[in-house]
Amino acid sequence: MDLNFSSEEIAFRNEVRAFIEENYPKHLKGKVLREDLSKEDFLAWHKILGKKGWSAPAWPKEYGGTGWTATQRYIWLEENARGETIPPLPFGVSMVGPVIYTFGTPEQKQKYLPGILSGDVWWCQGYSEPGAGSDLASLKTRAVREGDYYIVNGQKTWTTLGQHADWGFFLCRTDPNAKQQEGISFLLIDMKSPGVSVRPIKLLDGGYEVNDVFLENVKVPVDQRIYEENKGWTCAKFLLAHERAGIAGVARSKRNVERLKSIAKAEIGDDGKPLIEDDEFQRKLSELEIDLSALEMTELRTLAREQAGKGPGPESSLLKIKGTEIQQRLTELTLEAVGNYAQPYPRGLGGNEFAVGPEYASAAAPVYFNWRKASIYGGSNEIQRNIIAKMVLGL
Amino acid sequence: MNFDYTDEQNAIRDSLSKWAQQQYDFDKRREALKSDDAWKSNWATFAELGLLMAPIAEEYGGLGGGPIDVSVVAEEFGKALVVEPYIPTVVIGGGALKYAGSAAQKEEHLNAIAGGERVIAFAQAEPKSRWALNDVSTTAKKDGAGYMLSGQKAVVLGAPQADHLLVTARTGGGQRDAKGISLFLVPKSAKGVTTRDYPTMDDTRASEVYFENVSVGAEALLGAADSALPVIERIVDEANAAYNQEAVGCMRMMTDLTREYAKTRQQFGKPIATFQVLQHRMVDMFMAAEESYSMALRATILLGESDEERAKAVSAAKVSIGKHSRFVGQAAVQIHGGMGVTDEMRVGHYFKRVTMLDATFGNVDHHLRRFTALSQKSAA
Repeated sequence: MDLNFSSEEIAFRNEVRAFIEENYPKHLKGKVLREDLSKEDFLAWHKILGKKGWSAPAWPKEYGGTGWTATQRYIWLEENARGETIPPLPFGVSMVGPVIYTFGTPEQKQKYLPGILSGDVWWCQGYSEPGAGSDLASLKTRAVREGDYYIVNGQKTWTTLGQHADWGFFLCRTDPNAKQQEGISFLLIDMKSPGVSVRPIKLLDGGYEVNDVFLENVKVPVDQRIYEENKGWTCAKFLLAHERAGIAGVARSKRNVERLKSIAKAEIGDDGKPLIEDDEFQRKLSELEIDLSALEMTELRTLAREQAGKGPGPESSLLKIKGTEIQQRLTELTLEAVGNYAQPYPRGLGGNEFAVGPEYASAAAPVYFNWRKASIYGGSNEIQRNIIAKMVLGL
Repeated sequence: MNFDYTDEQNAIRDSLSKWAQQQYDFDKRREALKSDDAWKSNWATFAELGLLMAPIAEEYGGLGGGPIDVSVVAEEFGKALVVEPYIPTVVIGGGALKYAGSAAQKEEHLNAIAGGERVIAFAQAEPKSRWALNDVSTTAKKDGAGYMLSGQKAVVLGAPQADHLLVTARTGGGQRDAKGISLFLVPKSAKGVTTRDYPTMDDTRASEVYFENVSVGAEALLGAADSALPVIERIVDEANAAYNQEAVGCMRMMTDLTREYAKTRQQFGKPIATFQVLQHRMVDMFMAAEESYSMALRATILLGESDEERAKAVSAAKVSIGKHSRFVGQAAVQIHGGMGVTDEMRVGHYFKRVTMLDATFGNVDHHLRRFTALSQKSAA
């Protein structure tokens, strides 16, 4: 057993660190609020990585992946967090891409994968519905076969950044008479198709990150279905497991701990000393760091298993639960650290935007509110516990 | 022992609750937030309902009520998410006048507060002071018969609506000395006062306030120079007692809204309220709200005790309510699922309000430290 990187791995780390330093757009470093970002901002790093061949490190090499080991991919995430980059959005690279190369036809792989790798095509997810959240399999959006097309009707919701999307992947019911999970198909839909409309949803932080997507008699060619008709749930389950694997966010949390420390050094506590010297605050920070170490070590063990060919199993629910809990605690502690300058919210009522108080303070409250989503999305943490109870503990 | 509200207090609660349902429901409130002036008609209603005069002495146009009356108003304001600066004006402004004002100052300002013609904001915190009430850099230098004020005040709640500012300023001593702090009541229109107004995280309004060589007469000074800190601590304790009760109102609403949502929201073919893990969470929310109410009430009742007893009771309540309200807010959002993080649902706005209140006049850690220091002092 050994926790150290090999000399090859250290050389790799130096290589990617230098690449990030030289190539990451300077004006985007450290941006933390999504609503401040334009479509171009989101895609900037993705496109640079696409040209370098590094946009999808986890993909098999034959489809455009890097062929890196799990350890190298871990280093890659660490270095991106260190460089405070805006990572490629997960919807193409981490979600629909793996579904397409795993279940798609050769033609589909050829048609869709290049745009995902290059960042030229922005993908969004059409899973949840107003009546189907935790109980995703109860979804009602209908796709009715008519010749070479499906006619799709229904409403999806919580579609993250769908307002910018070129294409979406949708779960639709193709057999209303089958058992819930067995009548669903996985369809790719061009968001410019007639009948598709997107309505942004305002969130607690004042931003518009998610959307309702309405589908009204949308004509979808049958060759845009991935895998067999009524077998979409297989793709969905596969995708959810992948989504959970990346969700721990260890590298980013480690970076945010460093950010929090620098805030706590700058802030003066009520006793007139730097907040970082406050026992109570330091205790909470240390507890967080220790819990983050536990998560990191657990994730590394999962990675090692994956490297040995055992794909992400239901244990990845653990990473989701603990990872999001730590992310949320970090936002809480940051909120506490900035004191009463957490209160100003110039973006709250729209317009009239300016910074009040120290620059690092202005994002503390919106980020705190926004990250309540983390214990809800990707299968709520209650659902993740159900998965562990059932699949791991056999209860 | 008697924990009953009087008939008058129950009547205030009923009329406020009725007003909120008719005139301050969530949609009307949302509309009003877009306007710079909508608060004025609400303020006039507060005057009509007698809320502004409630704790003011009868000789100055008030009803001669006490902290319990204020707590009734505060809880209802919490339930309705009222954003008007009631506590800054009535509890803090009115309190400063009551404890430090001369007969002439009381006559002038308390009557105006009671009649709805005076709105006061507390220009106390500074960019680097955090929640330390003794940390004052703003200066008031003797200037003829009066004073000259200079400095910056941070996150002054209600300043955009206010016509007067209650200002803490240093007339002597060093930045963090207990001695040397004085209180001034300054018209916001005074020459040299500028503000930058903005909304806060809960849609109330605040300002950064800048004093640049602001000349005020001797009549602006409240109480004796250099010795205002005990009064400041007292009015901040009274404000925190009221804010605590407001947080209780928010918690009760979150508990109710979550219970109703869980009973109607269906997943896996049944209401999510039937899942035991959510039932237990909602029971914990209920218990947190009940204990919070107990602590808020206890602090309100003890406001009249010695400085030390009062301070301990208020800090204890602030700690308890800070923790409980965070738990209730987060749980309420979680049980609402995605809907909980939308701007459209009321529940998230209560969550934002309690988060705001926790960061007002000291968060959990601040008051835990204060409680501990007071306990150690009395044990020594």
